[in-house]
This record gives sequence, C-alpha cells and structure tokens, in this order.
Amino acid sequence: MVTLTIDGVKVQAEKGSTILEVAKFYGIEIPTLCYHDELTPYGSCRLCTVEVDDGRKTRLVASCLYPVKEGIMVKTHTERLIKGRKMILELLIARCPNSKTLQDLASEIGLEQVRFKMKNEDCILCGLCVRMCNEQMGSGAIGFVGRGQKREVATPFRMASEICRNCGACMYICPAVNLQCRGVKSPGELCNSCLIITPQCLEKYGQVMCTQDSCGACVEKEKK
Amino acid sequence: MKLSEDLSEYSKIDNIMKNHSWEESALISILQETENLYDYLPAWALRHISEKLNIPMIQVYGVASFYNAFHLTQHGKHLIRVCEGTACHVKGGHRVMEELERKLNIEAGETTKDLNFTLERVNCLGCCALGPIVMVDDNYYGQMSPAKVGPLIKQLQKNRIDHK
Amino acid sequence: MKKIRNRDHLEEIRRKLLEKRESGKPCITISSGTCGRVSDSQKVVEAIYAAIKKHGVEDKVYVRVTGCHGFCQVAPILVIYPDGIFYQQVKAKDADDIITETILANRVVDRLLYVDPTTGEKIAYEKDVPFFVKQKRLLLGNNRFVDPTKIEDYFAVGGYKALGKALFEMKPEEVSEQIKRSGLRGRGGAGFPTGAKWENCRRAKGDIKYVVCNADEGDPGAYMDRSLLEGNPHSIIEGMIIGAYAIGAHQGYVYVRYEYPLAIENSRIALNQAREYGLLGKNILGSGFDFDIKLAIGAGAFVCGESTALIASIEGKMGEPRAKYIHTVERGLWNRPTNLNNVKTWANVPLIINNGADWYSKIGTAKSKGTGIFSLVGKINNTGLVEVPMGTPLRQIIYDIGGGIPEGKKFKAVETGGPSGGCMPEKLLDLPVDFERLTEAGSMMGSGGMIVMDENTCMVDVARYFLNFLADESCGKCVPCREGIKRMLEILVDITEGRGKEEDLELLEELAEMVKDFSLCGLGKTAPNPVLSTLRYFRDEYEAHVRDKKCPAGVCKNLIEYCILENVCTGCGACLKVCPQQAIQGELKKPHIISSENCVRCGICRDACPVEAIIVS
Repeated sequence: MVTLTIDGVKVQAEKGSTILEVAKFYGIEIPTLCYHDELTPYGSCRLCTVEVDDGRKTRLVASCLYPVKEGIMVKTHTERLIKGRKMILELLIARCPNSKTLQDLASEIGLEQVRFKMKNEDCILCGLCVRMCNEQMGSGAIGFVGRGQKREVATPFRMASEICRNCGACMYICPAVNLQCRGVKSPGELCNSCLIITPQCLEKYGQVMCTQDSCGACVEKEKK
Repeated sequence: MKLSEDLSEYSKIDNIMKNHSWEESALISILQETENLYDYLPAWALRHISEKLNIPMIQVYGVASFYNAFHLTQHGKHLIRVCEGTACHVKGGHRVMEELERKLNIEAGETTKDLNFTLERVNCLGCCALGPIVMVDDNYYGQMSPAKVGPLIKQLQKNRIDHK
Repeated sequence: MKKIRNRDHLEEIRRKLLEKRESGKPCITISSGTCGRVSDSQKVVEAIYAAIKKHGVEDKVYVRVTGCHGFCQVAPILVIYPDGIFYQQVKAKDADDIITETILANRVVDRLLYVDPTTGEKIAYEKDVPFFVKQKRLLLGNNRFVDPTKIEDYFAVGGYKALGKALFEMKPEEVSEQIKRSGLRGRGGAGFPTGAKWENCRRAKGDIKYVVCNADEGDPGAYMDRSLLEGNPHSIIEGMIIGAYAIGAHQGYVYVRYEYPLAIENSRIALNQAREYGLLGKNILGSGFDFDIKLAIGAGAFVCGESTALIASIEGKMGEPRAKYIHTVERGLWNRPTNLNNVKTWANVPLIINNGADWYSKIGTAKSKGTGIFSLVGKINNTGLVEVPMGTPLRQIIYDIGGGIPEGKKFKAVETGGPSGGCMPEKLLDLPVDFERLTEAGSMMGSGGMIVMDENTCMVDVARYFLNFLADESCGKCVPCREGIKRMLEILVDITEGRGKEEDLELLEELAEMVKDFSLCGLGKTAPNPVLSTLRYFRDEYEAHVRDKKCPAGVCKNLIEYCILENVCTGCGACLKVCPQQAIQGELKKPHIISSENCVRCGICRDACPVEAIIVS
C-alpha cells in the first residue's frame, strides 16, 4: 500500500493504481473525457491533468495514467488546472459544438466564451470507440489513421469494414455524438441550459429526460 | 481496389518480407521497400503484407498513413520536393514553393492533371548551405530562386532531364 | 580471417597500419558528404583519380574521400595533408592543376584558395582559415582523416582503443562512473546527465536491455548528427559498445531518418566491417562480452525524434509518444530497459574513456561540459558546422567563426533549439552557449541548430513557420498539441495576412500556456517556445502587424507592396521581361510601374533589377 495526499486529504492506495482510480475511490472528482473504467486509459484529452509534487518539483500529469507513488502531494483543482481545462474545452467545443457531453462539461467548469472559428466536426479523437471495438468487442474494425491535423478514426482504406459486426458499441460510447445538444442555435454559443434552467422535462415528465436523449424541452421556453 | 493478377508481384513482396525474417517490427522497412518498387503503396500490397505478417489490416493501414515517406496514391512521373527547413525558409524557400505552385497550377501535396508532376514539401534535407533546395526525384537543385523555377520546369517537361 | 582476437591483436594491427602509411606522403583529402555531393564532389573525386593516372603519380600520393569537413559554405573542400593546403569550391576541371601544380611542382593553386572577406588575404593552410581557428574540433576533427567506408582509417586515428580500455581495464560500473564524473549531458536537447541515465538503466530490472542511438535529427536546419554518422560512423558504434557494456545490454539500434540516405549507407558499411573484425557480435576482442547493432530507418516523422515515439517506430508502429511517467530506462523498447542517447552523446564516449573524466570536465562551463556542435545556417556568411567548448559566447560563433551577416545587413536574431527553441535578439549575443543560460533566455540548446536571421526576416513569420511545421508533425493524439497548435497557427496566419486583432495576442499567450502545461510529450510542451520568445523580444513587430497592418521586415505578402523608385529606374525593362504575372508596365528608358493588383510579390523582378530600383514598402 502507498500513502499519498490528494487535495490535502491523506489517502491510501494499492501500488500500481493510478491517481484517477484512487481519487474516484475516495469520491474526489476529476473531469475526464477519454477515460472509461472498462477500457485501458489513453491520456489524450488531458482534462484529467493534476499537479503532482514529489518533494523535488511539481509536474502536471495525466491522472488516468500516472501511477501513485509514496508521499506525493496531488492537487486536482488549482487555478492553473482550471484555466487549462477551460481552454481545452473551449478548443473542443470549437470543434464539436453539438455534443451535449462537451457542453455540459463546459457549463460545469464555467466556460464563458468560445473565441475560435467554429467547425462542425463530430469526432474529438478521444479514441474511446477504437478501444471499445478492440478491447471490449474484440473486433479491431476501426483505428486511428493519418497524423496531426489529418488524424481521424477510420476503417482500412476508408471502405466498409469486413469485420465490423454492427454492434453499435462505438456509437454508444462516443461522447461527441451519443447525446446531441439541442440548445446551440448559433456557432460559438455555449448552451448552459441543462445546468442553469430547471429542465422543463422535470415538470412535464416528472424526471430529467436527457440521460436517454435530449428532448429539447429545456430550450423550448426561450423560443416563445 | 485493384488486385494484382500477376502472381510474380506478390512474390516480390514476399521476398522483401523474407529478407526481414517476416518480423512484425520490420513493418516500416518492408513498407519502404514496397514503396520503392511501385512508387507508392498499392492497396493489394498492403493487404498481402497484413495477411502474411499477421498484423491487423487497420494497423498496417494506420502505419502507412502516418509517415511522410509513404504514399497511398500514385504520384506523378516526377516528384518535386521543396525543402521546408528553417534555413531554406529564411532564405526565401516559401517563394520558390509559391512560384512552383503557380507554374504547375497545383498546390503542395497535389499532382498535375497530366500526371507529370507531384509537388510536395519535404523536411529539412540537411544541405542548409545550399538553400533553398529543391529535389526532383533523386536529384538536388541548390540555391533555387523563383526565377529559376520556370527554366527548371521547362527542362523537365521537355524530358531533357530524365532521372529514372 | 579478419576477426581481432584480443586487445594486443588490435594494437598490432594499428601499429602495422601506421607503419605502412608513410607519414610524409601527401594525402589528397576530398570532403564528399551529402552537401559536398550536391556540389558535385564525386565528379571532383573521379577527376582527381583520372589526373593522378594521367600524370603517373599513383605511388606518390594517397587519396582519401571523407565525409563533411564542416565548412559547408565552400564545399567541395580538398585538403592536402600533412601540410594542410586548403582548397575550396573545387571543381572537376581543377583536378589537373592540383596534380601538376601542387603535387608535382609544389606550388599552390591560387584561385582555389580561401579569401578572408575582411582582410582580402588569400589563405593557404587549413589551420589559418578563420572559420576553423576558434573551433575545438574534438569530434568533427576526425572527419578529415577518416574514409567512412574504411574501418582501417578509424584504426589509424586510434579507433576502438577506448573499447579495449573499457572492456579490459574497467568494470561496467566504473565506465558509467567515468561518464558521470565527466559531466557529459545528453546532446539531443534535454541535457540529461548521461552517466546517471546509464546507471539508472543498469539498475532497472530485467536481463534483456537495449541501447539506442537517436539519429532522427528532425530539427530543420540541424545536420551535425548527419555529418558525424556519415563521416565517422565508427565513433558512434564504439560509443554504443562501451555504453552497452556499462549497462549490460547485448542488442543496440541505430535509428536513422530516411531523408539521410548516405548516412544510412555508411552506417551499414561500418556495421558490417565492425562485425567482420569481431568488434560486434560474440566475444568482442576476446572479452566474453556479446553485443550487436541493428539499423532501423525512419519514415518521415519529426515526432519520431522523441524517444518514446522513436521506440514505437522501431517496434513497427505509428510514432505516437507515450507518457514518461515510467521512464524508458525502466520500460522502453518492447517494455524492456532501454537507454536512448543522441548521436553526439555516443560519439563523446570514446573521447572520455580515452582521455579521462578529469580532462573532459575541464572543457566547458560549470554545468555544461565538453564541446557542442552547432549547425550555423541562415543569413550568415560562413554556413557550416561549428564545434566549440560549451560556454562560448554566441557573438563569437556568429561573428568570429560565422563571419557575420552577408551583404552588410544587420543581425536581428538567432534561433536555437529548432521548433522547441526560441529566437534571441542582439542584446543577448553575449550569452554563452550553455544548457541553463539558453533555457533562462526562453530558448534551449536543443540538438544544436543555430539559425541566423537578419533585418529582412519577419519574426512573426518565423513564429508562423514553426507552428506550421509543428501542426504538420504533431502526431495528433492529445488535444492541447493537436487543437492548440492548430488554433495558434490560425491566429498567426490571420496576423501575417493582415486580419490580426488586439485580442489575438492575449489569446495566443493563453493558448501557449495551456499547450505548454497540458501536452503529452516534448513536442507539444515546447511547441509554444518560438511564439513565446518572439513575443517576448519582438513584440513591437507583432503590434505593427496587428495595429498598423504593416510588416516592418517586408516579408508578409498581404502587408507589403513592391514599387519601383522613379528616380532610380533606368527603364531597362529587365523586370518587365521576367515578371511571371505581367504586372509591370513601362516604355523603354522610362520609369516602369508595378500594378499592385496583379503583383504576387514573388520577388523575381527585384532579383532581376540591375540598379536595385524596386523596394518593398
């Protein structure tokens, strides 16, 4: 067992576990996007970045991958971290404005503006679908292709896959397309509806509906 | 996707893989030697390599699409590569590229309609003293300037310089 | 059987070689590295051999075809040892005169001599050439005496002596200790203490370990690794064998970028020769130590210069870096302990073992020991490779060795560290080249590229250039690097094309901070450096672009105009003839005019004008 401190709280962890796993266990929330506890951590979204002080210096590391070490002091929500996470979300929303998952994360973190030219992609290259297809479904029908700005998730030769079983796991796990935000009316807008207004669906249906799919009731009010 | 009907083509690739002891980790060298044979990586060749080396197709395709050295489509008769190193840039390399784009009527990364020329940027070739440098196939042209672009293309078109 | 049985046998071979080589007999040495070849050095070699045959002097002279000598500005270089008569920019047609005049008649061929640009003096001897005078060529110097395809040349300059010493006089721990005491730091850019790295690798758990040589040299403008590997591959091989012995590795890899075909070929030849002589393989020199090296070739990805991406590439995968929370010395190539070092780092090893840690640690500064090799390129009179002790001031390198800025133009900045580094202005010219000092100034030493810029270089354009490069080369895995650099580039393109807004500079700095803090690997983490350093030292240029929509250096096309000075133009029509856009009009002997609408600012007219009547406004 290893003893470390997270946000001033002394915790114990099994050797080999990551900071994120330990934080989750203790109920300390760290935002994530490309992480799923049933898939190998990838470390591409960088939202889970935390500050680690190992006694000699402080580093910024991805908590989903960093193995716990004896005596480290971890901080999960410093000003530097929040500022950086806001910027990461700003970049992602500029890329995929219609993703409810991204819009919700942005609302939570208090993002106020998107200052970049809006694009209209539906992929944030988090790799969840690739890992899902490979690790959970045992298929490996899709993967990363290309480099840098040209990187995308595709099938070999971008042709219909011979090994895809149409299981739909990739769509299920995708944060960019699994839930669409209906509240974004113009490019660059941050919706914030789900967290600021009391959703209409609560009155109408007696429960919050957007766990299944956003019904848009939350923004109907503004249309009138 | 064209399948090669000529079985001898498959055996050429088998030879390459054999020379690398059929090792998975030699994928990049194998792809390179295949590219040298055909001037690009045909789909049938990639499938063959994936099969024989037992590497998932998506992985082979991923590697082939990642590196600059590999082309997944055929390129023109002459491959014109403009060095985009910092020294060449500071000495006006971008103006040479722009003049080439204008004269050939294509953008960097594209091939002319008559399939004669493909224009590409290439990473620093390490000949900074002679910059700006342009490579045509395997030949280096040093101290290029926008003014020299026109005559160079004329010579290539008249096939006065045949590098193959 | 060529195999060297033991250390004594090696020394015997060396002795016999030196005896056979008559020290007085002139040796015509022709530099024929990649740059030399681009300048037709191979034709010079052929012509020299032909001339020797023609005049029947085969037994009166040696010929040695070597790699790069470093003074690339005047390649091809031909030096006649032992006197050191130095001929530059030699052409095939000069071969005959060299044989008849210098070899046969003991006279110097005047027209081939180097002319000192400041004194106008003709210099006959290599040791007097200003470019070389202030250098301390501990590593590059041997390039002059070694034909990279002949291992015997390497024996003749003392090659593999250090290997013998390490294998038979020192324990593996003692070897690492020597390297540690010498103060050698990684020459790839990070400057990590090499000896400590070796010790960490040795201590790591596992019987199978690897040593790797990083010869990916992706920094544009840097080519010293190429020169060393092309010109003296055995110096690196020897270093790697010694390192492997110290660490306990039995397999090594040299990873060379595919854009260096000559370095690949010469490495292959050298590895084969080393194997023939039993310097690689089983029971090296009879010591019982086994070790061999494989060549791995890159495929065109700058990111593969990063150690974890390089390792992925050797494994046959995409060059995607991974987090270094567990260091490569513990888990690297195929998850085994791997020690990766740069070409120059390996080349320093035999030097240190031969001369001792104390000798080495006397060279350089307190924290940066030994010599550094820099590629001095760009707007500089003497383009070439410069090897000086660490701590040498930039001013000395640029002016005393580099000869200053061509055409009398004014120095503006020097960029060090490639796309991970930064630009330093004139006021920092007295900075010594040293790992810490360069980092404090907002740059870094990097692999050693040194690009000189003058008054006609736009610093905003330079920042845009580097971001464009990095956007292309980013592997694309993590958001900060992929999206952050893309958006920083967008802003810079807007600024250089005249669409910059006041808020842009602040946004640029915010983005830079996040990319620096949150990126996965070194490429992303250092990507903002060129932008940050140019903002720090050349903010006025940014503001001119954003506020006044002007490019003071006259580079950014949308912000400049070409115009012909009426009072200077002679009406010769030279510009009109060459303008590819037909944008110039005018009658003979009357001042001509450029139509701004049609002008694309290609600059061909400026080059053609005999009276410099065309200016940039």
